[in-house]
Amino acid sequence: MISKLLIANRGEIARRIMRTCREMGIGTVAVFSEADATAPFVAEADQAVLLGPAPAAESYLDIEKILAAAEATGADAIHPGYGFLAENAAFARAVNEAGLIWVGPPVESIEAMGSKLGAKEIMSAAEVPTLPSIRIDPSDEDAVAGAAEEIGYPVLVKASAGGGGKGMRVVDEPGELQAAAEGAAREAAASFGDDTLFIEKYLPAPRHVEVQIFGDESGQVVSLYERECSIQRRHQKIIEESPSPAVDEELRAALGEAAVAAGKAVGYVGAGTVEFLLDADGSFYFLEVNTRLQVEHPVTEEVTGLDLVRLQLEVAQGRPLPEEAHDPGIDGHSIEVRLYAEDPTNGFLPVTGVVTGFALPDTVRVDSAVEAGSEVSVHYDPMIAKVISWAPTRTEAARVLAAALRKAEIHGLVTNRELLVRILGEEEFLAGATDTHYLERHDPAELGRPLVEGDALARHAVAAALYAQSRRRRAATALASIPTGFRNSPSQLQVVSYDTHAGRIDVGYRFDRGDLVVEVDGKPIEVTLVEEHPDGVVIRFGAVQAPYAVRSDDDAWHVDGPEGGVSLTQLSRHPGAEEEGVAGSLLAPMPGKVVKVDAEVGAEVGKGQVLIVVEAMKMEHSVRAPADGTVAEVRVAVGDQVDADAVLAVVDEAE
Amino acid sequence: MPVIPTRIDPSAADFAETRAANLELLSRFEELMAQSRAGGGDKYVTRHHDRGKLMIRERIELLLDRDSPFFELSPLAAQGTQFPLSGSAVTGIGVVNGVEVAISGHDPTIRGGASNPISLAKTLRLQDIATQNRLPLVNFVESGGADLPSQADVWLPGGKWFRNLTEMSKAGIPTVALVFGNSTAGGAYVPGMCDYAVLVKDRAKVFLGGRPLVKMATGEEADEEELGGADMHTRVSGVGDYFALDEYDAIRIGREIVGHLNWRKAGYGPTRHAVDPLYDTEELLGIVQVDPKKPYDMREVLARVVDGSEIDEYKARYGTSLLTGWAHIHGYPVGIIANQQGVLFSEESQKATEFIQLCNQYDQPIVFLHNVTGYMVGTEYEQRGIIKDGAKMINAVANSTVPHISVMAGSSYGAGNYGMGGFGYRPRFIIGWPNYRGAVMGAEQLSGVLSIVARENAESLGREFDEEADAQRKALIHAQITHEETALFNTGRVRDDGLIDPRDTRSALGMLLSAVHSAPVEGTNAWGVFRM
Repeated sequence: MISKLLIANRGEIARRIMRTCREMGIGTVAVFSEADATAPFVAEADQAVLLGPAPAAESYLDIEKILAAAEATGADAIHPGYGFLAENAAFARAVNEAGLIWVGPPVESIEAMGSKLGAKEIMSAAEVPTLPSIRIDPSDEDAVAGAAEEIGYPVLVKASAGGGGKGMRVVDEPGELQAAAEGAAREAAASFGDDTLFIEKYLPAPRHVEVQIFGDESGQVVSLYERECSIQRRHQKIIEESPSPAVDEELRAALGEAAVAAGKAVGYVGAGTVEFLLDADGSFYFLEVNTRLQVEHPVTEEVTGLDLVRLQLEVAQGRPLPEEAHDPGIDGHSIEVRLYAEDPTNGFLPVTGVVTGFALPDTVRVDSAVEAGSEVSVHYDPMIAKVISWAPTRTEAARVLAAALRKAEIHGLVTNRELLVRILGEEEFLAGATDTHYLERHDPAELGRPLVEGDALARHAVAAALYAQSRRRRAATALASIPTGFRNSPSQLQVVSYDTHAGRIDVGYRFDRGDLVVEVDGKPIEVTLVEEHPDGVVIRFGAVQAPYAVRSDDDAWHVDGPEGGVSLTQLSRHPGAEEEGVAGSLLAPMPGKVVKVDAEVGAEVGKGQVLIVVEAMKMEHSVRAPADGTVAEVRVAVGDQVDADAVLAVVDEAE
Repeated sequence: MPVIPTRIDPSAADFAETRAANLELLSRFEELMAQSRAGGGDKYVTRHHDRGKLMIRERIELLLDRDSPFFELSPLAAQGTQFPLSGSAVTGIGVVNGVEVAISGHDPTIRGGASNPISLAKTLRLQDIATQNRLPLVNFVESGGADLPSQADVWLPGGKWFRNLTEMSKAGIPTVALVFGNSTAGGAYVPGMCDYAVLVKDRAKVFLGGRPLVKMATGEEADEEELGGADMHTRVSGVGDYFALDEYDAIRIGREIVGHLNWRKAGYGPTRHAVDPLYDTEELLGIVQVDPKKPYDMREVLARVVDGSEIDEYKARYGTSLLTGWAHIHGYPVGIIANQQGVLFSEESQKATEFIQLCNQYDQPIVFLHNVTGYMVGTEYEQRGIIKDGAKMINAVANSTVPHISVMAGSSYGAGNYGMGGFGYRPRFIIGWPNYRGAVMGAEQLSGVLSIVARENAESLGREFDEEADAQRKALIHAQITHEETALFNTGRVRDDGLIDPRDTRSALGMLLSAVHSAPVEGTNAWGVFRM
């Protein structure tokens, strides 16, 4: 019996698990790092235990601290969520040894599947189709090259313990191989403490299809059908759905059979996912088994009507899978998108900051890590929420989701929302023609460009200006009842200038005895202010009327209208003479840690030469010399933590 | 309070005619207003902008809180005079950092912002308004000083300008000078006498004598920046308190100064929430008569000005040529005194006297709506003591200490103007509609009276009366008075605080009532001897 569950995780999955616990009357314990002290998942838990500082190794990955937290709170079970320790056999074993219930598969299953090579061997034996692959030692260059030759280019270099795109490299030709292997090994060692690598056959245009399986202690293993997760950026899934548009009844049966066979081969208990690569000809290859609840589990829940966390908790308590989990059938279609704090127009650079506003329509399910006011820090994954739609058909599910994202209020930082909205409405996507190279065919910078452009941007700016005037008049302490902006001799319009993604916009307006005059960048437009209320305005442009929600924090104005949301920065009426930056300064592209400094004061450098490398959010960013010249200053050293736009070094341009 | 019923019919022909006549008058008014805003004309405005300078109205707009109202005073000053329209200056009342302030600024695009006698009258009136109503004063300074051709009329009265500044300071009314350019010779005393002086880098020039004068006087080869630049004055002389990097910075600093004044108004403020009138203010144009011979119902006007169209009439059945009553405008309680049929009889005079006393008992500001041709003349009225009754009313108006605001809404002739708190009776504000007329008496009456006097004079001397010459003289005088009694003539000479579109009356009164509440609003029990 589980009466109190400790969730050894954070963010949206911790909240998701707690939701089911509340429904089942199970108490909840959150564990958290110093960086998450005010996070919603901590606030929502019945009890919460501080593990330690922000770095995961000192908090979410510290097994002893987590077990101590369980003891301190009297939790009798631990759910690991996904990521962190979810597939760590040592942790599962420690949980069992502490006399606690482990909500996950048996230690043996984790161990068996934890090594990708080992897993493949088991699957081959169980007659599950697999891709050829060879384990390599990255320090043995000849062996690495030989293995790649044997499999045939293109190949994939993968960390055995990897996941989520970490420690993974595609290699097209022999010249790139050694560097890729070393890089993957480094990442794997840093992320998983295990640098075992292997080389695998690389399919050029595969789909990523996975099957949700569930097993119980009686030895039953069921398939809860497939999920398609082909749309990925840098091997990270961003859109997932169930069922897959590429899978028909026959293929579904074959996939399910293979997945169940895979589960049975390792005596699987609990929730697991068998990942396959699906080739264009319908053949599929076993990729790996994820011995945990997947990020994208909600789409399965939506089409099967099951609560997978509930099933996990039931099975973990030794109960058999309930009747409804046996071939529940697929009802309709569900799509999930992962909303990330990242900039698709700038190489998916992660973005940090405060989510000042966060609201989505109730037409969709939102499993979010954040609320208005939450901070997205540099320490963890920048996913802020999963947004999930369900509809009778795939097209409708895509439309509902796109509409909800368009209407969403996501303020304070850049996200991939625009990219997601555009993919959901894109022809190839709607035709179901998705594969893992989708975002190579469709430029993310183009898909991610702002939803609100041109005249729509002007309308949003007008909405911000008129809303702000209404709010100022409501807050006025002097002459508040006199008509807004009253002039007995009007000489000019009230002008508000905004900096936008498309440059500066000047909105001018005046209420002439109730008649509104509006100009955008000096050009008059026909505007009627229909309604003003504390959260926004209703405005008619010409004949077309629509509500605009407007929020602000300091000079940032967030306007959510019919075309989408946009953030505008209000420019000061009294611009000051600003201090100019030092010419030739190299700025940190984002907050992170300096991992490499290849510049010495006085050194001659060439344009484009990498001088400093900053690591942030799993990625290394090279800071290059802006021109040929001499290094005049180096302000950082390896190991320094730097803020975005911090000056790292200064290069004097050569004459 | 009782709601005023309306009896107008906007579909009637006479309503449409009246409206058309008002619109015609207003289009001429608007034309002049546009001209007053145009500064020194395209050439000088362009040159000013090209120097990276802002126009005076742009400066003022940047000082004001966004979306807050601004009431410009005497915009048509100098209309019909030899001096440039607007008097080379802009004055008004606006809100800066939540504080209602008086604002005065030269327009440097008009003859370098030099002060002529009208500029002086206008800016002195603004100081007077700031002092009486206890409004902090912000001066935008960029002026070449006295307009030299009219120096004889500017020099001596100009001294009052500086005296006023120090008297305001003594009274605890803050004064701020934002110096954007020339502020030399006498003008140097503006930053010199203000509590706060903000000087714009490389632009402000504050010195008693410029380079030529210094060379003349002492032979010194001086440098302008060293003589009176912002940098020097804020580092060396201490004449400047704040160093502004540019015009925007100066205005920003000005806003901060006002924000730090910890300013609190001394009046008791509005006593209710403002409620809009029940009727459309647009209809005023079909009600207010342009032809001074046609009377109109002030109740219909008030129904479109006061809160909720509600007025509690005092002595509604007595002295009915004058309406008195209590109402609210933008939440401020007011006493209303309005002429209904032009003439003031003994009853009206006594009623007004009582009402003014009552308003003083309850500390209520009084709004006068002028449409008065004068006190009744004739044997019967003289014998009944119209002089004593008129004297009572003038006594009451003169000694009343609650703020008075006059609205010139039609005629305002002779002593009737005095009894209604006209220009000479120090109302806190006088605003007028473009249709108003005011003089000792109407053109018709004045030319007729002169003709009769001349005829009697000729008769008594036994001379033959030259009918033709009389007709000519009469026509001349009629024309002169017709010109001099107009709203434009009076406003051009700063004998009011500006003309407004009648449709703006409610907003204007709301602002002015709020302004008078910056000072204590207190009535009196001290009066001159009432002749009973």
